[in-house]
Amino acid sequence: MTDTSVVHQELLTVDQLQIAPSRRHREVIIRYILLVTALVSVLVSTLIVWSLVREAWTFVTGVVWADTWGQQGWFPRRGLYDIPTIVVASLIVTGIAMVVAGPLGLGAAVYLSEYANRRVRSWLKPALEILAGIPSVVLGFFALTWIAPNIVGRIGKTTFLVLGAVILIGYAAISAVIARSKIKQYREGTTDPSARIGAVASIATLVVVFALALAWILNVWLEFAPNNAGSLTAAGIGVGILTIPLVASISEDAMAAVPDSLRQASAGLGARKRTTATTVVLPAAISGIVAAFIVAVSRAIGETMVVFMAAGAADAARWTDNPFEGGLTMTAAMASLASGTDSVVGEGLTFQSLYFVGLLLFLTTLSLNIIASRFVAKVREVY
Amino acid sequence: MISRLSDDRSRAAIAASIERRRVDTRGLLFRTLLQSCLLITLALLAVLLITVALDSTDQLGTRLWEFLQGTLRSRSEDERLGIHQGMYGSLWIAIIVAVLAFPIGIGAAVYLEEYAPRNRFTAFIEVNIRNLAGVPSVVYGLLGLALLLNGQIFGLDRLTGGSSALSGGITLAILVLPIVVITSGEAFRAVPIELREGAYGVGATRWEMIRTQVLPYAAPGILTGTLLSMARAVGEAAPLILVGAISGRLGDNPGLFDISALTDRFTALPIVITTWTVQSGRDVGFTAAAAAAIVVLLVFVLMMNSAAILLRNRFEKKRG
Repeated sequence: MTDTSVVHQELLTVDQLQIAPSRRHREVIIRYILLVTALVSVLVSTLIVWSLVREAWTFVTGVVWADTWGQQGWFPRRGLYDIPTIVVASLIVTGIAMVVAGPLGLGAAVYLSEYANRRVRSWLKPALEILAGIPSVVLGFFALTWIAPNIVGRIGKTTFLVLGAVILIGYAAISAVIARSKIKQYREGTTDPSARIGAVASIATLVVVFALALAWILNVWLEFAPNNAGSLTAAGIGVGILTIPLVASISEDAMAAVPDSLRQASAGLGARKRTTATTVVLPAAISGIVAAFIVAVSRAIGETMVVFMAAGAADAARWTDNPFEGGLTMTAAMASLASGTDSVVGEGLTFQSLYFVGLLLFLTTLSLNIIASRFVAKVREVY
Repeated sequence: MISRLSDDRSRAAIAASIERRRVDTRGLLFRTLLQSCLLITLALLAVLLITVALDSTDQLGTRLWEFLQGTLRSRSEDERLGIHQGMYGSLWIAIIVAVLAFPIGIGAAVYLEEYAPRNRFTAFIEVNIRNLAGVPSVVYGLLGLALLLNGQIFGLDRLTGGSSALSGGITLAILVLPIVVITSGEAFRAVPIELREGAYGVGATRWEMIRTQVLPYAAPGILTGTLLSMARAVGEAAPLILVGAISGRLGDNPGLFDISALTDRFTALPIVITTWTVQSGRDVGFTAAAAAAIVVLLVFVLMMNSAAILLRNRFEKKRG
């Protein structure tokens, strides 16, 4: 510091300040390598769509369409690809899974977000994460060896009716709330005719779904046969347990995003904790909760192993809408086609049918996920 | 608060209403309802673990070593019944996932977070990765089947030997790739801007800044993500069924580190569990075997998961 002239003797030139060519080249090369790794995901998506569409197209053009609708069931090795059989089974399993995972997951999320203190949370959240990490084959084993005999096997005719009634009443209560807001919209939104049509349409949908569910439950009750081996119900409960952590974590994230100032304002107005939770936090987080349910539905439709192991059907399935019978969902139908004793490349269109069902599944889950991400984006927008 | 109120009467009224303190029955009921949701969930988890543990004692308690050394058999009483072939498949699948998915996934995350310009193409790649993460695992199996087994594209089947541990590993590497990208990306986003600017300030290039500042800081987060995706890959069965993992008898039984068996027909722990669970319908003894295989799988999967959770919680706390 004392003798500055030493520094001044060797003035820096522009060349010295510039980055060395070797360093610059390395930068460019690394940048391109990283770009290529990022493009791998695009390649993967392209390959998925390409392989699905290619084989599915062969199926669509080659199959006898009369064999895909209104047949006795899904018998690919006999050339009978009854699509409704596997779609309805998927819907039943997903519905049961949501009846299990919806309330349990949402209840757990509200408790964790609004009631539990830090210490309780620090124990409960990892426990839920452990449940989330359990492989689906383990749930499949559990569904077949424990849930089927100990829970499904013990559901009697009366219990089933009570359960059905509880579910229907719960559904009716939720739809009453929705319908009330729609009626309000209808009365107020006189200027916009499309809003009125929308309100009428959604109320009509709610009523139709209720009527269908009622008819279905009564029908199942009439044909009720206890079953403590694998069944769609056992598989559905297994899938439900698998999706509880998913529902819980996404809805909890949504509730955590609700600013504390809203809770404090509510408390300041004298609201009790329950009132704050149900009338302030839940409505504020509703988009995220809807997203959680949609993601869970998408996951449940795509779940393979639990259904493959515990739904009580192998290779083929007769048409059924009774959840206490065995059946094949879309995913399980694919897995059992591939795991059959003869190789996948069987005679006829069995191989291509695999890809047709796969494409159906891919499109369903993709659109559900896109809808869900819209809802998640809504939460981010507001807060 | 009350002491600040000037009016004595309102003070008395408020005090009286606070002291009255009726029990909020409905609030208590609501709270209990929420608690029971959580308790039911945790009870199910506990029952699951206990059932599996109890069922597994028949195998693990009496012939642990033989079980670990044994192979797939058609009868549950067979003395040579065991999971060695399954462990071989799962071990190599894990290695292949680590070799393929981790570098590519972390590289993609580095590109997207640190290099990519904010334009529509980058947004497209990001949306694409998010959507890939939501694709059902069985669909990845279909991809593996078309790509690696039937050789419809690039004739890759000659390289992988068709239905082999290598095919299974590549399929699962593709499956977990989006998870690795998303979790690593989150770790990169958490790196404070001061660290980056400090590195630039002393003349580092972008890559030098990433290598010396971003990667070390984000390492725990990346490790968490890779552990979670590894656990996911090891537990996944559906794609392996599609790429033809063997559920019946498998002739040879290679040593755990025998690389030459990579392109042979294979099986993996989750497939073994599936097979035995399905077979327990006609041969009850397979229930115990399946439960024992589950215990072995869970030891690995839960170890990786808890390590990931602990790691994350520790660093979250440390860095506030």
